[in-house]
Formats: sequence, C-alpha cells, structure tokens
Amino acid sequence: MAQQENASRPLSPHIQIYRWTLTMILSILHRATGVALYAGTGLLAWWLLAIATGPEAYEQVRLVSSHWLGRLVLFGYSWALFHHMFGGIRHFIWDTGRGFELKTVEILARITSIVPLLLTVLAWALAYFYLGAF
Amino acid sequence: MSMRTPLSRVRGLGSAKKGTEHFWLQRVTAIANIPLTVFLIATLVVHAGSDYVTMRAFLAQPIVSIVFLLLIASAVWHMRLGLQVVIEDYVSSEGRKLVAIMANNFASIVVAVTCSLAVLKIALN
Repeated sequence: MAQQENASRPLSPHIQIYRWTLTMILSILHRATGVALYAGTGLLAWWLLAIATGPEAYEQVRLVSSHWLGRLVLFGYSWALFHHMFGGIRHFIWDTGRGFELKTVEILARITSIVPLLLTVLAWALAYFYLGAF
Repeated sequence: MSMRTPLSRVRGLGSAKKGTEHFWLQRVTAIANIPLTVFLIATLVVHAGSDYVTMRAFLAQPIVSIVFLLLIASAVWHMRLGLQVVIEDYVSSEGRKLVAIMANNFASIVVAVTCSLAVLKIALN
C-alpha cells in the first residue's frame, strides 16, 4: 500500500541525466566549500590555541603552514572562503527577488566563479610580499 | 489531488517549525561574516611573515580581540546552521539524522569555546 503510494508520486530525475551547467557546478561548490570551511575552523582553532599556548606550539603551526602541502591546504581554504562569500552575496541578490533572468544568472555565475579566484591569487601575492618573497 | 504523504497528513505539522528562524539567522550571520572574514584574511596576509611576539601582540589589542570573538560567534553559528541543512537534506533516517545534528551542535560548541578561550587568553594575558 505504502509502496504503491510512493511509486505513483511524481519523481524527478537525478543529476546525471542533465547537461552540466556553470550554475549547477556553482550550486554544488557553494555547499562543498561550506562543508570544507566547517572543517577549516579546526585550523583556525589550532592557530589561535597555539598562539595562546606559547612560542613552541606556534612554531609547529609555522612548520606545517610553510610546508608545500600545508600551503596547498591554506590556499584551498582561502579560495573556499572567497568562493563561499561571493556565492552568499549572489544568494542575497536572489533573496531580494532580483537577478533571476537567465542572462543575469549567467553573468552572476561567471562573476562568482572568476572574482574569488582572482582575490585568492591577490591575497597570496600580498602574503608572499609580506613574507619578504619580493 | 493532494501531494502530501499519508504520514505527513497524520502528523499535521506541515512546515510550521523553525524554518523561518533558521533561514533568517543564516542570512544575518552571513552578512556579519563578510566584514569579519575580510578582517581575518587581511590579518593572515599582513602577518604572513610575523614572528610569535608580533603576532600575539597584534591579537592582544582589544579591538582585534573583539573582532575575533565576534568572528568566532558569527562564523560558528553560520556553519552550524549550514551543516544542519546539509544533514537534513542527505540523512533520511530519523535516528541517524538526530545523532548527526547533535554531533554538529557539539562540534560547533567545541570549536567556539576553544577559539574563544584562546582569544581571551591572548587578550587578557
């Protein structure tokens, strides 16, 4: 009985049936970066706790963050922050009921995928400048 | 024809729970997160080459400590609400959903308390 009921309800096809679009990828990335940032707060906690603990603990953080693998994780973290932020701003525009025209959606999608990347690169260029790299 | 399931009709709850509050707080914390996160990134960028003493002295300034405490409160609140939505979307079993949401709440509180204590220790030392 219950099964029959379920089968007669309209079902929507799953994602593999659709052609991939930028807006789809961004929707998935917004959620993925959100979950990644959740994990990233562990790094923030570690960094703050190390500073509160003392120079030795802080040295460990610096050791990890100066390794190429640590740098890669931090680069990903900073990109996720910018990306999620701009994805959120896009959602704010939609929350006001504006920006739903296909053309606007497409333009917003391009802005929110490119600008966070540029800002991430800019932030890292500045960070390397403050590190004394150039 | 009603699209509701028999179970939903029996329960009669509809969506009259905490949806609006959840939605609204997600937006409020999101707005707060924008300037607070920019401040965090700027701090990390400018202090990329700083040694321990400089870094600690910077964070110990009252204004900086306050911003960091606000960032922790807003960001953790936002991430807690966000992951709850993810859990509710993907975990269909009521039991596992309850456990996952509880774990989400515990993890968020642990992160918030840990970060806040660290900032307070830096600020008040």
